[in-house]
Parts: sequence; C-alpha cells; structure tokens
Amino acid sequence: MVEDKILTISGIGKSFGGLTILKDISLEVEKGERIGIIGPNGAGKTTFFNLLVGDIKPTHGKIFHYNKNITKQPNYLRAQNGIARTFQKNNLLNELSVLENLLLVLQRRQGYGHKWFNRREEKQYPDLYLKAYELLETWGLSHRREVIVKSLSYGEQRQIEILLGIASDPSILLLDEPTAGMSQSETNYIVKLLYGLPRELTLMVIEHDLDVVFGLADRMVVLNDGEVLTVGEPDTVRKDERVNKIYIGTGDED
Amino acid sequence: MELIGAQLVNAVAYGLLLFIITCGLTLVFGILGVLNLAHGSFYMFSAYIAYSITETYTQSFWLALFVAPMVVGLIALVVEITLLRPTYHLGQLSQVLLTFGLAYIFNDIAPVIWGSDVLSIKVPSVLSGSVTIFEQKFPVYRFAVIGIGIAIAILLWMVQNKTKWGAIIRAGLSDKEMVSALGINIKLVFTSVFIIGGVLAAFGGVVAAPILGIYPSMEFQTLILALVVLVIGGLGSVAGTLVASLLVGIVETFSRFLAPEISMFLIFGLMAVILVLKPNGLLGKKVV
Amino acid sequence: MKTIVFKLVTVFVLLGLAPLVLSLFHLNLLSEILILAIFALSLNILVGFTGLVSLGHAAFFGIGAYTAGLVSLNLSNNLLVSMGASIIVSIITAAIIGAFCMRVSGFYFLMLTLAFSQMIYSFIYQSTNITGGSNGLSGIPNAVLSGFEFSNAVYVFYIVLLVFLATYAILGIIVKSPFGQVLIGIRENELRVKATGYNTSVYKYVAFVLAGAFGGLSGSLYTYFNGFIAPSDVYWTMSGNVLIMVLIGGSGTMLGPVLGAALFVILETVVSSYTDSWMLIVGSVFIIFVIFFPKGIVGIGQSLMRLAKKRKLKYDAKRKSKAA
Repeated sequence: MVEDKILTISGIGKSFGGLTILKDISLEVEKGERIGIIGPNGAGKTTFFNLLVGDIKPTHGKIFHYNKNITKQPNYLRAQNGIARTFQKNNLLNELSVLENLLLVLQRRQGYGHKWFNRREEKQYPDLYLKAYELLETWGLSHRREVIVKSLSYGEQRQIEILLGIASDPSILLLDEPTAGMSQSETNYIVKLLYGLPRELTLMVIEHDLDVVFGLADRMVVLNDGEVLTVGEPDTVRKDERVNKIYIGTGDED
Repeated sequence: MELIGAQLVNAVAYGLLLFIITCGLTLVFGILGVLNLAHGSFYMFSAYIAYSITETYTQSFWLALFVAPMVVGLIALVVEITLLRPTYHLGQLSQVLLTFGLAYIFNDIAPVIWGSDVLSIKVPSVLSGSVTIFEQKFPVYRFAVIGIGIAIAILLWMVQNKTKWGAIIRAGLSDKEMVSALGINIKLVFTSVFIIGGVLAAFGGVVAAPILGIYPSMEFQTLILALVVLVIGGLGSVAGTLVASLLVGIVETFSRFLAPEISMFLIFGLMAVILVLKPNGLLGKKVV
Repeated sequence: MKTIVFKLVTVFVLLGLAPLVLSLFHLNLLSEILILAIFALSLNILVGFTGLVSLGHAAFFGIGAYTAGLVSLNLSNNLLVSMGASIIVSIITAAIIGAFCMRVSGFYFLMLTLAFSQMIYSFIYQSTNITGGSNGLSGIPNAVLSGFEFSNAVYVFYIVLLVFLATYAILGIIVKSPFGQVLIGIRENELRVKATGYNTSVYKYVAFVLAGAFGGLSGSLYTYFNGFIAPSDVYWTMSGNVLIMVLIGGSGTMLGPVLGAALFVILETVVSSYTDSWMLIVGSVFIIFVIFFPKGIVGIGQSLMRLAKKRKLKYDAKRKSKAA
C-alpha cells in the first residue's frame, strides 16, 4: 500500500543523452527503516540519490512521498517536506563559520528564513541560537563554533556535512558516503553518531565501508550497472555470491 | 519587393559579420572560460589600424585585411601572456573583470591615437561597384562580405571537425580536464585560442569598417550584439552561432529599416523569448 | 538598536556640519559621493551579498533619474511624489528584467543585465520627444516639499545625506537579517542552500528588485542634485563605473561601496584636471585592484589591522620575555 510507505519508488530511470545511468529502479521504504545502498563505482548510487532529492529529474518512473507524487517537485520543496541529503563531497558554505552554516539550516526549519528587517543575533532569536548550541554540544563541536569552515580538518567538515543534514529535522535522511575519506577513528566516531540517531528517522546510506553499512542497515540494496542486483537483509546479501563477485571481481576499494 | 531583396542582402551580410566576430568570442569563452569583454576593443583597434594602413601607408585594403588582424593578434598574445595567464588562479569571474578593465583602457587609447572623428575606409575598387540582379542594384561589397563570412564558417567547420586542433578544441569545449589529461599543453592551447579569438574580431573589424564606419566607442555596440548572438546561439556550437548571427542580422536590419525606434527592443525581445523557450540557446549545451 | 540610532545621529550631525566648512565645490563633490554611494550600495546587494555580478545596474539609476525628472516636469515637483514614482517604476522594471535574468546565472547573468540595460539606454536615447534623446532632459524644476523649495546645493545636500543614512541603515539591517544570510549563503554555495530547502530563485529575485529600487532612488537624487539628466547616465560605462566602485571599495561589506564611490569621485575630479584619459586611469586602477587587492580598500584595511595586531602581540611577547 502506497499510504504506509514513507517513500515509494516506482520504476525510475535516468539517461543522459544516449547513456543510461539508471534503469527501472523500484523500491519501497518503510518509515524508520535504515537502508544501505552499495555497489561498485558507476553503479548509479549518487544518481539515485539525486533523483530522490530532486536535483535531477528522472527520464521515466515515479516517486511517492507517503501517497504524494513528488516526481516533479523541485529539490527545495522536497527538502522542506523532510527529505534531506548529505553530499558525497563536502558541500558547505566554506567562507562562513560553523555556527553560521548551522543557523542557515535552523532558521528555515523554524520559519525565520524570510525575516528581513531585524538582525539575526542571539538577542532577537534566542530559540534559534539555543537549538544551534544544543546541536553543537551533542556533536562535540561546541569549541569549533566560530571557526570558518574551510579551516576545519576534513573529518570535521564531514561531520558538519552530516550535522547540517540532521539539523533540518528531516523524516528521511540520505547519507552519501558519510565516512568517505575519514580515518578509522573518525569513522568510528561518525558510526557511533549514526547509531545514535532516533529510530523513527528513516535513513538511506550509500557507503563503501561494508562493515559500517552492514552493521547499520536493516535492509541492503545492491546496485550494479544502473540496476538493482538484489535487495535483502544484510546477512543474506553478505552471503550472496553475485554481490561478492562484484566486489571481489572489480577489486573496488573506493 | 525590391527593397526587401536589398535589405535581405544587407541583413545576411550583417549577420555573417556578426558571425565572424562572435565566433572569436564564443571560442575564447568556451575554451578559456573567460568572457572577453575586451573582444569589442580588438574589433575596434583592428578597424582603426586598417584605417591607418589604407590612408597613410598604402592604399591597399587587402594589405590592411592581412596586417590589421596580425597586429591585433599580437596585442591578444601580449594580453594573454601578461594579464590572463598569471591570473587563472583568481577564477573566471576576476578574469572577466580584468578584460572589462582592459576595455576601459582601450576605449581611451583609441581616441588618443586616432582622434574622435568618425572615419571610414574606402571599399577596394574591385568591390566598389554594384551588380544588377532581377533589375535591381546590389553593392558588390555586400556580396563579398557574405562570401567571406561563408568561407570563414566553412573554414571553422573544417578545422573543428577535420583536424587534430579541432578535436582538441571540441574536447576543450566539453571537458577541460580531458584536454590536460591527453597530455596537451593547455597553456599553449589557451594562448592560441585567445589569439585566434582576437584575430577573428580583428578580421570582422576590417571587413565591417567600410559598411559601419569607425568612431570612438564603436566597440560596445558590436560587443553587445555579439553577446546577444552568443546568448541566442548557445555556447560551444559554430552552427548555433551561425544561425543566431543570421537571425540577429535579419531582425536588426529589417527593424532598423521598418521601425527604427524599436530596433534594439526587438533584438533584446528576441533574446528574451529564446531564453524563456530555450535557456541554453538555440543549439547550445547546458552551461554550468 | 539604540547604538545604531546613536551612530546614525552622530554621523548625521558630523556630516551635517559640512556645509558650514566646505566650499560649494567641495559640498557638491560630497553630495555626488553620497548619491553614488547609495547607487553602489544597491549594486552591492547583488554583487557583494548574493554573488550575482550585474553589468547593467545603470538601467535603474537612469530609470530613477528620468522618472524623477519627467514627473517633476509634467506632473508634480513634490519631492515625495517624484521620488516615490522613481522607486515604483524602478521596482516594476526590476521585476520584469529580473524575471528573465533569474533564469540564468554566472556569465549569462552578466551578459543579460548588460543587454537589458543597453536596451533601456537605446530606448531613452531614441525617444527624443519624451526624454530629449541625446540632448538629455533639462529645465527640471527644483523639488518642493510642503511649500519648501530645495533651491540650492545646501538643501539638496541635506536630502541626499538623509536618504544616504536611511539607505545605509536599512541595507545594513537587511544584510544581517535571516533573509540577508540566505543571500550570503547563495553567494557561497547555492546548491547547498537549495538542498537546505530554500527556494533560492525567489531570494535572488527579491534581491534583484531590492537592488533596482535603491538604484532608482539614487537616480532620483541625482536629478535633484544635477537638475539635468544625460543619456550617458544610463550608458554601460555608468554600469561599469558603479561595479568598479563596489569592487574597489570592497564588495560584500557595507563600508566598501561608500569608500569606493568616494575614491572614484575624488580620483576622477583630480585626474580630469590633468588629462582626458580618465577611463584609461580608472581601468588600470581597477585591474590592479582585481589582481592584487580583490577585497578592495576594506580588505586592505583589514589586512593592515591584522598586521598591526600581530606586531603588537610580538612586541608584547618580546617585552614579556625581556622582563622575565
């Protein structure tokens, strides 16, 4: 039933020019479910995310959010309706401080985005700043509050990337390789944070670190060559010969 | 009816003139990523240099047609090496601003050298007559311009599609990283393309001078029309530039003739409509 | 808020004393600086805060100036009527042009704004019976407000000063507001801001109209100041000049455009007493700034302050170590 699923993806595909990136992907996502998406480079994982958040439009197929057809909805509306994403490459406001990055997300969520005739400062918007401080505290970033993002370490920037996704209080969060390029200890830290996310938040995670994703996900989707190779529980997928073949066959590491 | 025929020849000649000039602009924009706002200045300088050559040194239009673009090519070379090459790290926007500063400078240098009077170049005697077709007189020079325009279009098409250089340029238009990945000296490509751009503008300047005249600040009229052609035609397509040039040439010529008050309005209106219908231009690719 | 009001009053009082100190020539220079500073501040909303480089902002200056002139000549020379009309016509024009320009970004935006401003220029230039064409619009009566006629340079200076301070205060608040922060976000990374759930097109559009409105306002002041409008005030060079003011002063700051306008006007006055080749000079200065001081005068000031701070820290440390 369409109504129960937070996301229903029905036969979507994407071609650029003559090149088909994704063919007929169908998937139903339950509320609160955690889905891991794996597959070799070029399998179409990021394109799949781009379609879900509306950065690009599918060549065919439909996407439903609950029972609402959002196939043609622009990306900012989907974000407003609770479909948030993080980017594979850090995509932050590099010249601004951590706090400013966070406030920009929070002010929209709290409905202040269009206020134009008072300064955004703590006196004017105490609740906004309080929320920001809280989040920074939880994420152990309080001491980095006033630092300009581009002067943070890569790992810290990666954390901010995920934090911004969560800060918008989404109902679905799409994480595109959250631990990409991180050291083992940084990865562990992020994984801990991801495990601590509220269970009602639906997660879809693209991840190359199979240990991370198998541990986190309730269900795995394996993409290969723009198609769903298999869908199943982590344990089943882990044993699937075809999946092993892809990963060992291509020697894919990153 | 007769008038329409005459205007049509004018329109096509004017359109092809715009084509020659805009091609240089679109090439530089496509490969270097720099919207060269001094492109019009190259055009103007060439016309003035051609004037000096035909008036002072020899009477030969043909010599001017050869020498003026050479001189401007040299100026382009100097500009690329001294101003653009050391500043690629500043980003494309800064470089556009640099060329804008250059346009200011060139705009003031021209009157210092050549004064502020309106000048003109005589059409070479071979082309100065007129021909009669269907009992109607047409100036030969317009046909010559059309011929030159078509020749350049064919030449560019040949270069782009049949030579190694063209392959590099096509690769550069779609994917700059690929060019450097191929082990091609990207600096050399940039410098060469910038010179070619300048030479095309200069060539247009000499050819246009007998028709449009030479006067201070002439470069901006032309630059703006070239920008309009660029927007309408879309980036990175010789064919798109050709179609857009002819379209703008026809609209400009006929509206000037029929409703001079609104001629510029029509051109920009045309541009606005095309932008709404086809944001990437008639035949262009998406510009990020 | 109180401190802002206090600052404004202080500046007003200080600058308000200018007519007592300055000669008429220098007072007029100051008025011109303030008018162009408003113009530059309006462009700065687009260029400095939203990251949209417009090369056609003179369109709004010209529309504001011509509207104020035409309304004064034909309808009413009441200050509020003509100024209000200028702002409204500018807003309408910006709303129309913006609808097209918002469809594109980057260089295309630059080209389109340039093209549209030239379109307005050619309209003004060719509509001889309305605008006076190449002769310009002259014989504009002095502005009047409830019986008081702004008949000399000192009175005009005070209107300009008032409007300037109001503009500076209003824009200063807007760029610091949540809305302004979204604009800054768009300048830094539009994709991210969109992914955050903002309809960035609407924000850019509002910024464009806002810039147009204040551009028109500065144009109307220019009419009261000059009593005459030439089509060259709408020409691309005017758009270029104001862009140069913003960038030389320091884009994305409030003080920068004001300093840029001041430097520009003073330099122009000094240089033009020696040579006609003013554009050559300003072009060269501009190129030097783009290459070596991309953050403008304000940026230079900030670097100097940082340097001084470092020196002082070093000096203090040395003294401490010596004392120890």
